[in-house]
Amino acid sequence: MDVKRRKFLKIAGLSAVAGVAAPSAFNMLLKGDAVASSGGGHAEKTENTGHAAKAEPKGIQYGLVIDVKKITHTKGLAEKCIDACHTEHNVPDFGNPKDEIKWLWVDDYEHSFPEHSHHQKNDALHEMQFMLLCNHCEKPSCVRACPTKATFKNKDGIVMMDYHRCIGCRFCMAACPYGARSFNWRNPREQYANGNFKFYKKPLNPEFPTRMRGVVEKCNFCAKRLSKGMMPSCVEACGNTGAMVFGDINDPKSEISKVLRENYTIQRKPASGTYPSVFYII
Amino acid sequence: MLEKALSGKSGYWAWILFLLGMISIGGLFYVYQYINGLGVTGMSRDVSWGLYIGQFTFMVGVAAGGVMLVLPYYIHDYKAFGKITILGEFMAIAAIAMCIMFITADLGQPLRILNVILHPTPNSMLFWDMLVLNGYLFLNVIIGWVVLNSEYKDVPPPKWTKPLIYLSIPFAVGIHTVTAFLYCGLPGRHYWLTAILAPRFLASAFAAGPSLLLLIALLLKRVANFDAGDKAIQKLGTIITYAALLNFFFLGLEFFVGYYSQLPGHMHTLDYLFFGLHGYDNLVAPMQFSVFIGMTATILMLFPQFKKSHRNLAIAAGMIFTSLFIDKGVGLVLGGFVPNPFERVTEYYPTVPEIAIVLAVWSAGALILTVLYKIAVTVKNQNA
Amino acid sequence: MYDSGKVITGLAIFVAIICFPLWYNVINGAERIPIPLMPKDQKKCVAPSDYMRKSHMVLLNDWRDEVVRTGEREFQVIDGKKYEKSLQNGCMNCHQSREKFCTSCHTYAAVTPYCWDCHVEPKEMN
Repeated sequence: MDVKRRKFLKIAGLSAVAGVAAPSAFNMLLKGDAVASSGGGHAEKTENTGHAAKAEPKGIQYGLVIDVKKITHTKGLAEKCIDACHTEHNVPDFGNPKDEIKWLWVDDYEHSFPEHSHHQKNDALHEMQFMLLCNHCEKPSCVRACPTKATFKNKDGIVMMDYHRCIGCRFCMAACPYGARSFNWRNPREQYANGNFKFYKKPLNPEFPTRMRGVVEKCNFCAKRLSKGMMPSCVEACGNTGAMVFGDINDPKSEISKVLRENYTIQRKPASGTYPSVFYII
Repeated sequence: MLEKALSGKSGYWAWILFLLGMISIGGLFYVYQYINGLGVTGMSRDVSWGLYIGQFTFMVGVAAGGVMLVLPYYIHDYKAFGKITILGEFMAIAAIAMCIMFITADLGQPLRILNVILHPTPNSMLFWDMLVLNGYLFLNVIIGWVVLNSEYKDVPPPKWTKPLIYLSIPFAVGIHTVTAFLYCGLPGRHYWLTAILAPRFLASAFAAGPSLLLLIALLLKRVANFDAGDKAIQKLGTIITYAALLNFFFLGLEFFVGYYSQLPGHMHTLDYLFFGLHGYDNLVAPMQFSVFIGMTATILMLFPQFKKSHRNLAIAAGMIFTSLFIDKGVGLVLGGFVPNPFERVTEYYPTVPEIAIVLAVWSAGALILTVLYKIAVTVKNQNA
Repeated sequence: MYDSGKVITGLAIFVAIICFPLWYNVINGAERIPIPLMPKDQKKCVAPSDYMRKSHMVLLNDWRDEVVRTGEREFQVIDGKKYEKSLQNGCMNCHQSREKFCTSCHTYAAVTPYCWDCHVEPKEMN
């Protein structure tokens, strides 16, 4: 009896240790989260309970504020931005929704913010053009899902894609709550018999590669232009309309931080817990 | 022992040739897909996983189901399973092989598959799935082969197989739990974002795997003169019944949470799968059919008089297997994508190349299973 | 030894088949090692030519990791000259012909890197 009880206690003790240790080990694996939760004191923790509240800012986090009214009311501006982006990055146009590649695109209010209910439709709101793109989330679920680190967060807070490493498993597409990731279902460089590209209407930009079939792609916040001290091409296309403001949202002195403080902005799907870095002024 | 697979009656060879034919046809379609990209499938921007990943998920379950023989035999010393435990282990090998083939068929850049090992990423569930799946495969290959070889030589199996056998049990649970984690850890996909996904996966696995085994055991009695014994068959029936009951209970829980809470995100996919959403209903008939035949068979299995007849058992097991095949091999994955996170509906229809490749993978699995079972049955019959 | 005649004949046939590349080249006259076209107006490269010949792929691999992954995009400065860390916008500024510089050797060595599946080919000069 005694031996049995001792044995039981041993097993119970061991399983208790395993039960306590396993979740914390698991947390360690989901690194970043573990660091963030152990770092802050009480005040920060209460702040963090809101959906849109940000964790303690660390390093650079580039973000974008889009003024939806200005975009909508400046005729052709949305198209100009999209064109600038797609030309810069050699984004193919497959001409059908099944294969479509999206870096920067436009949708209506209902499908950009589907969980916001509205009893009587506000006419002005429902005519607005919402420019959608990768949110370069602070806690991107796509980066968590990627099995090869082909997508990762760089030192500027940009969610980058390494096309050389992507195995095309599309786990990131399932993980992204914003539909910001596109897969190359076909070879974007397919050619007609006369050698012309089927899916590029313009000559290729020699400064940026195209992609090959079988990899995932998305907006990269123009990481290459940023390295040369230029603004992202969509922001540049907005010129001085002020429709888009780009900058480091972790730097309280940046222009974008000022805009964020002075305006009421919303993010897409804050309930996803990914902390998007793209904000909309309605 | 391999030579046992090289002699057989004409029926055996005809079956092998048929499978090789199917593999060749699907292989040609795979070459076509490899050259042209995954655009030749029905998958799209919105529904970015389709039949391949659905079938992969289902087959992980079938592989895990093998443990329902290993566990009673080795842990509870349930002697009646002595003759067919090897069938469970070999079925797991074939099923995992199919899983690996489905994953490979689904990759956009299959040549880079080793990047998962070259750049190990512990925060990705796919990395862990790769580890447990391969671990379970190796365990079953080693255990199955060594134990059968000992029987062939008429000696007791070496002692070192015991710890491996015990290890294979948590691995079986592990492969399906981690496979559920692939889905249930993603924000924005309401149908998958449920803590009961892993239990649901295990319940359906422990019904689907043994169902297939029961069908095969009854088939082997007819074509290979191999009798698993009525006691083992009846026990398999009981295991299937309870696992299937749990599976439908869990499905009912999903319905309750969705429709009682009235949360739109939780209801939309159930609407789409079982009743149709905004006029889109391409999965309604199969999903309703799946629930209907699955539940009918489960209820019938509860009656001892019904279960007595092997013919009835075979029909019920076939119904349950088909039911779970539709629910998990098709509905589960598509349900995560339709409607999409922006409440738009894009429906998915597999294409001819896609179906041919799926059939080829099934044929390859059947080929592996046939060869392994041929060896196992010959050894067992020889020693009997 | 049973069937020694058959075994030896079989072995001989096997060896003959295995050596196919050797005797094929003997019969057809082996291809000469191609000499890649070097830029006429440039004397220097980012690394000694011996290193480049053997390890240009290592260098390109490191560059791409530095540029894409760690964000170290700054130029390589060698002898006061700046070189962009880029295949398309760096290397190909001097080595202007893909055909005569890259492909000729790659074909000879039977390697098919897929750089140009994504990167934009320079317009062929001379």
